[in-house]
Amino acid sequence: MGFYDNFLDEGQSLLRESCKRFALKEIRPFADEWEEAETFPRELYKKAAKAGILGVGFPEAVGGSGGGPVEILMSVEGLMHGTSTGVTVGLGTLGIALPAVVQSENSELIDRIARPVFAGDRIAALAITEPGTGSDVAGVRTTAKADGDDFIVNGAKMFISSGVRADYIVALCRTGEDTHGGLTFFVIESDMPGVSVSRSLKKTGWRASDTAELAFDGVRVPKRNMVGELGSGFFAVMRNFQTERLALAGYGYATAELALEESIRYARDREAFGRPIMRFQVTRHKLAEMATKVTAAKTFTYQVASRMAAGEHCVTEVSMAKNMCAQVANEVTYEAVQIHGGMGYMRESVVERLSRDARLLPIGGGTQEIMREIIAKNMGL
Amino acid sequence: MKVLVTAKRVVDPDVKVKLDGSGNLDLSNVEYKLNPFDEYGVEEAVKLKEAGKADEVIVVSVGTSDSQKEIRTALAMGADRGILVEVDEDEDLDPLTIAKLINGVVQREEPQLILLGKLAVDAENNQVGQMLGALTGFGQGTFAYRLDIEDGYAIVGREVDGGTADVKVALPAIVTADLRLNEPRYASLPGIMKAKKKPLDVLTPDDLDVEVDAQVRVVGYELPPERAAGVIVADVDELIEKLRNEAKVIG
Repeated sequence: MGFYDNFLDEGQSLLRESCKRFALKEIRPFADEWEEAETFPRELYKKAAKAGILGVGFPEAVGGSGGGPVEILMSVEGLMHGTSTGVTVGLGTLGIALPAVVQSENSELIDRIARPVFAGDRIAALAITEPGTGSDVAGVRTTAKADGDDFIVNGAKMFISSGVRADYIVALCRTGEDTHGGLTFFVIESDMPGVSVSRSLKKTGWRASDTAELAFDGVRVPKRNMVGELGSGFFAVMRNFQTERLALAGYGYATAELALEESIRYARDREAFGRPIMRFQVTRHKLAEMATKVTAAKTFTYQVASRMAAGEHCVTEVSMAKNMCAQVANEVTYEAVQIHGGMGYMRESVVERLSRDARLLPIGGGTQEIMREIIAKNMGL
Repeated sequence: MKVLVTAKRVVDPDVKVKLDGSGNLDLSNVEYKLNPFDEYGVEEAVKLKEAGKADEVIVVSVGTSDSQKEIRTALAMGADRGILVEVDEDEDLDPLTIAKLINGVVQREEPQLILLGKLAVDAENNQVGQMLGALTGFGQGTFAYRLDIEDGYAIVGREVDGGTADVKVALPAIVTADLRLNEPRYASLPGIMKAKKKPLDVLTPDDLDVEVDAQVRVVGYELPPERAAGVIVADVDELIEKLRNEAKVIG
């Protein structure tokens, strides 16, 4: 019985392989090029949609592919074999943008907005963070003020993944004074007058994924683009954070695992002092330690995903998994670069990219500090 | 038209298989997948169904119960039902035995078209399709890069030295798939979920009246000897001298 049989049923295992195959064929050969270009072809969304990857985690009834937390994790893990976190993230932004839309059960909105995104014809982005607020979600200052049948949106959003070319921006806006009950999501369409990309941001890693600062200047948004009830935004955010954090844990152990595999390969080939560096105990022990961390992080994340799939409320554990995997990703990629020596610092090495990509993991989708705060609070400390 | 297509479970070709030191393969921690050449066959069968040229696509695999996973993969790609001819793990299977077992399924199902990968990427025998041709007496078109079904015939495009050649084979026929036949689709999650509900029958060699008695057995594995380092020759004359006197490959 292999590692995966402990956690995955046959279908989940097939999905994992299918996504991996997709990544090896459709992403990996182009990863260097797309990372340098800081974008990837829109066509890839269409291909991923056709392979049923885009809609994983969303019901088939709304145009998704079905599946829950475990399937989402498998799609992330599989796609990471493309070696570009940026591409995985870029393809995956709908995973954070659409849950609120789908959960609104507003069939008109689902048909008009969600379906074309699942089909790979449109790109969706989630916009919560602002120049002045990040982890402090309730501090959102972008406003949406009712004006007849419309809302007028003013404000700015920051670090928006896929924001540069998103067609639909699912933006959290302040619609009332109540700290938590005064926030509402709206679907802002990129061609609405007043929407602009202030900056396309240059990042350390995740480079194939575009990241934007967006400005909304008196954008007239029809009421039909309101997501859910007025004032439901904060609760939608909280509801969906868990899945995002699980996915980020997946990015973490998958990054580390790739770095480990690359390092093993390199250590077998690279010779120093007349023999492969694998023959040095120091290298083998380093790799053994890396493998231990990867296995622990992966096992823990699989377990959390299984519990989430069973309907358990695992806020503490998913926060732990997110932090653990982010840390493992950074430690393991650091050692991977070290094993590669000078070559590990060169753009042509996969581990160079992975080490840069790993750096965002303790920051994005809830910082390490916020995760610790959640864990500590739930421990009753 | 009923199409029978094969699905062999093979070690992931991207994995480097190690030896365990006593002449056996070390298959711990390796991943398995559907033989890539069979994948072309499955895709082609599903395409025929989508084009309205096939009514039913049946996947057959010969192996241990683990091979059910590769059958499910094919079902997730769009095949209708599966048949596993289950054999014990320690059973030696040679190409002729496998061809006999598949022939047993052919006799039961009476397909009009049998699609196989031209070879499996593990043993690379490239024999089962041809042997099945002999056992069934059906015509065969091997190494197909293109396949059309027209008026009771299979038109099989084959890549040959210096170009391509078409052969026209009356149905029922056997076609073995080569590279470039198509681009196999990815098994999607909805496809995988549907596949779970598709029938998968398990048969034994006894059910098919086939005696498993391989004439070819694997007695051991060893790695090819490591190649010695080459030498750089100064000029053509030295090369010829070495080929003649050291390698003794020219007179």
